[in-house]
Formats: sequence, C-alpha cells, structure tokens
Amino acid sequence: MAVFVLKRLASLLASLLFASLAIFLVLEVLPGDPAAFMLGLNAAPDTVAALREQLGLTAPLPQRYFGWLAGMTVGDFGISYTYRVPVSDLIGARVQVSVPLAAYALTLSTLIAIPVGAIAASARNTPLDAGIMGMTQLGVALPNFWFAMLLVLVFSVGLRWFSAGGFPGWDDPFAAMRALTLPAVALALPQAAILARVMRSSLLDTLDQEYMRTARAKGLSQGQALRRHALRNALIPVLTIMGLQFSFLLAGAIIIENVFFLPGLGRLVFQAISARDLVVVRSVVMLLVFAVVTVNFLVDFTYALVDPRLRRPVS
Amino acid sequence: MRVGANLIAGIGLSVFFLALAGVSLVWTPYDVTLLVVGDRLQPPSQAHWLGTDHFGRDILSMIMVGARTSIAVALIAVGVGVIFGVPLGLFAAAMRGSLADEIVMRGNDLVFAFPALVIAILITAIFGPGAVNAIIAIGIFNIPVFARVARGAALSVWTREFIMAARLSGKGSAHISFEHILPNIANTLIVQATIQFSLGILAEAGLAYVGLGAQPPQPSWGRMLAEAQTMIALAPHVAIIPGLTIVLMVLGLNLFGDGLRDYLDPRLRERRP
Repeated sequence: MAVFVLKRLASLLASLLFASLAIFLVLEVLPGDPAAFMLGLNAAPDTVAALREQLGLTAPLPQRYFGWLAGMTVGDFGISYTYRVPVSDLIGARVQVSVPLAAYALTLSTLIAIPVGAIAASARNTPLDAGIMGMTQLGVALPNFWFAMLLVLVFSVGLRWFSAGGFPGWDDPFAAMRALTLPAVALALPQAAILARVMRSSLLDTLDQEYMRTARAKGLSQGQALRRHALRNALIPVLTIMGLQFSFLLAGAIIIENVFFLPGLGRLVFQAISARDLVVVRSVVMLLVFAVVTVNFLVDFTYALVDPRLRRPVS
Repeated sequence: MRVGANLIAGIGLSVFFLALAGVSLVWTPYDVTLLVVGDRLQPPSQAHWLGTDHFGRDILSMIMVGARTSIAVALIAVGVGVIFGVPLGLFAAAMRGSLADEIVMRGNDLVFAFPALVIAILITAIFGPGAVNAIIAIGIFNIPVFARVARGAALSVWTREFIMAARLSGKGSAHISFEHILPNIANTLIVQATIQFSLGILAEAGLAYVGLGAQPPQPSWGRMLAEAQTMIALAPHVAIIPGLTIVLMVLGLNLFGDGLRDYLDPRLRERRP
C-alpha cells in the first residue's frame, strides 16, 4: 500500500509541476511583455517599466517560474494588479462560495443518482427502468446554466421561494445555504443523470457475478443480495466517474455563478480576464487544476482502499 | 438487424438541425442584424414563429444562424481531437508498454486536468474571446479523449491473428496501424466522435454564455441565453427557446451515438451507461 501511495503521490507532484509550467509559459511568454499587455496599447513607457518592476519581470524566466512556485507553496500568489491586494486574499474570499457550491452539488448529485440508478437496475427492462433512462437521457442533454435560469423562473420569479441571486455571506449559514440551493440543484441534476446511468450499468454488471449467484443460493433474497454484496462492488466505477465529474462541477460552478451573481472564483476570473490581470488569472487557473488533479488522486487512493486488488503492481 | 428507435430519432433530430444550419447559409426568415426596436420582445406569432428578442430580432432566424456557429465550433473541435488524438493513440498502442507509450499516456492525463473551460480562460486571457478560441479550447480537450479511446481499441486489435500475418509479411508498425488497425477501430471512433460532438455543442454554449465564445454580432445559442437572462421574467420565451434548441440538438446527437453503438455492437446493449 505504501509503495502504491508513494507512486501516486510522485505522479501527482509531476502533474502539478508540468501543469504549472504550462500555465506559466502560456501567460508569461505568449503575450510577449506581460506588463505591456496588462496595461494596454496607450500605456506610458515609465508606467510599463514600473509594473515590470512590481511584477518582478526584470528577473530571468526560470527564476520567475521558481519564485512563483515557491510563493504558492506558502500561499503567496502575488499582488493583483487591478485590485492592489494580495491574490490570496481575493481567492480566499471567493473560494468560500465556489467550493461549498461544488460540494453541495456533488452531494445532491450522489444522493439522487445512486438510489435512482439502483432502482433502474433492479427494475431492469421494465417501464420504470425505461422511464428513468429516458429522464436521464434528457438530463445529460441539459445545459446547467439554462436549467438554472428555468429554476429562477419557477422558484424565484414564480413561487418566490428563493432569491434570484446574490450571496449573503456565511454569517448566517442558513441564509447562505439557501442562496446556494438553486445553483447547486442546477449543477447537480445534469451530473446526477450521468452518474445514475453509470450506477445502473455498473450494478447490472455485478448482478451477473458468480458471488451474487452464491448469495442467492445461500438463501438471500434478491434485495438482500443486492444491498449486501452488489451495491458495494458497483460503487467502484461510480467513484471514478465522481472524481472525473468534480472537474466538470468546478467548471460548471464557475459558469453557474454568473446566473446567480454569486461572488465566487468564476466572477473573479472573468473580471480578471477583462481587466487583463494575468496575476489573478494565473493563480485561479492553477488553483482549479490543483483541485482537479488532487481530487483524482484522492479517488485513486480511495479506490485502492475499497478494492485491494488495485494496490498490486500491474505486471 | 433491427435499426433501433433511438437511432432513428437521433438521426432525425441531428439532420433537422444540420439542415437548419445549412438553410441559414442561403435564407433566413429575417436578417439577424436587423434591429426593429418597435417589435421587441414579441411573443411567437405568425410573422415571427418563435417571437423576437429585446432588439426586435427574429428568434427563429437567430436560432438558424446560431446553429451554424454551434455546429461549426463543435465539429471542428472534434476534427482537432481526431487529427491529433487518434495518431497519438495508435502510436501509443503500437509502442505498448514502452517509455513512449507511458509518456503519451501521462501527457494525456495532464491535459485531462485542464477542463475545456480552464483552457478557454487561459487562451482568452491572452488572445481575447472568439469562436476560434472556443474551437481551440474544446479541441485541445478532445485530444486526450480520442487518444485514450484509440489506444484502448487498438490494443485489442493488435492481439488478433491477421495483425500477426501482416507483421510476418514484413509490414512496419506505422503501416499496420493505419492500414489494419484504424479500419478496425473506426466504429468505436465514430461513436466517440458523436459523443464529443454533443459535448462540444454544450461546451460551446457554456463558453458563449460566459462571454468566452462567439462575439456579437455573430449569433450563438449560448449568447442568446446570456442576453435573455435579464429579461426572463418579462419575456420567458426569449430564454426558453434557445435553451430548448440546445437540449434537442444534444439529445439528438446522444440518441444517434447510442443508437449507432447498439447497431454496430448489439451484444452489450443493456449494460451501457
């Protein structure tokens, strides 16, 4: 197990290094002079020179890259050129919206998808199964931001149960969760459709395994065998897909924030793009990639915990 | 062999939207650049089948021209994925187990860590928003998908006897990959292309919605939704119609992909996610 974890940890670090290098090169080398790019065409030469100094662009490229890396490991992402405050402060405030939103959506999506997928599988080839599969087919095709607008139309404009946007902050956790509910539902349902389909097919695979026949032969009912033996095994592929979905959820959260005017990472990065604040763009992008890579590492790790066969080296 | 209902419905919907995009090249009911402020936010009527938007533009005409943008972006992005991803996957399969295979696959994992939206953010930060950047972002995201699928499918073909025969006749790996492996994995690749096409339509709509895709005055389904958002209480049809269009197009492509897969390989029909 230790060897497995160390190997995966090494590959996690390598991925993060390469990703940071790619981001650094795109944002520091492609625009030519980042300082001139950020200030636009009409900037006075001495303003550009001052910004070059402030951004540390006078140092050679490798030194800047490693300086950036070293800073990030201690939580120093640099100073935002538009906001004039440390990027870590900006991100810190936004993360409190985006991450709970993604987590809320992931929880909802799992709570919906696993029972729905299990019901479809145990009712295989019945009208119920066909109905569920039809609904999921529709869910997969649903753009989450449009679904979000429909939710606003029905639950905010029509029924007035939720506000149409904005975020009150975490001082009142109940109000905060309430503000995140419609966005989370909008994010969760399309993902739940995909997850339910994976759950169904994975459960159908395990239902035909020999240990299931043994369990039935021992005298367990179909339902008991399903709960005790099939479900746990069927969850393994579901876990993998959940890991992959996390990156979609995070990207989705960034888009959904626009529908509900939530002050999250999405709003920050889109404002940074229009203000050409490359320091903020670079940090947010790196953070997103870090989240995706780390979650996939955790999934691999959990996977190995659940299924000991995967810890053995593959010959 | 029976052609499934999914396949027929999928082909029907997909052909309908392709035709809509095609017709828009030569004819639309109204000029999409024509702003008639007096006619703004009209509900569907005989003159405007799907109503008008906040500038008085005909929504049906905008949907037709928008179909062109969505389809072009998603289709070219699939092309990018196929052109770069498939040869990479074939190469990795031909060199299976070697360091080169490992490098290609780890490179794939790395690109996988960048969701299309993140690539789009990076590109847009430097080059500004536009449909071409959306193509590049979705295209880059498609490359590891096709590389992985091509490698997986190719690996199983490499173990077959006729490949052994080809090797004995003195053909090299590259030759075998393109002459024998590729035709045998084409079905899998075509099905994957349909899936990526539908994901591309969704991704394009999302990018255009947040302003990273097609720019005005080029109509796009995602941007129509962004513009409709503030008027949703006033004129819901302006937001409902473009969204429904996206759902139907994506549903059509998904049904087409599923149906095609069942048609090409009916054995595992019941199991598929």
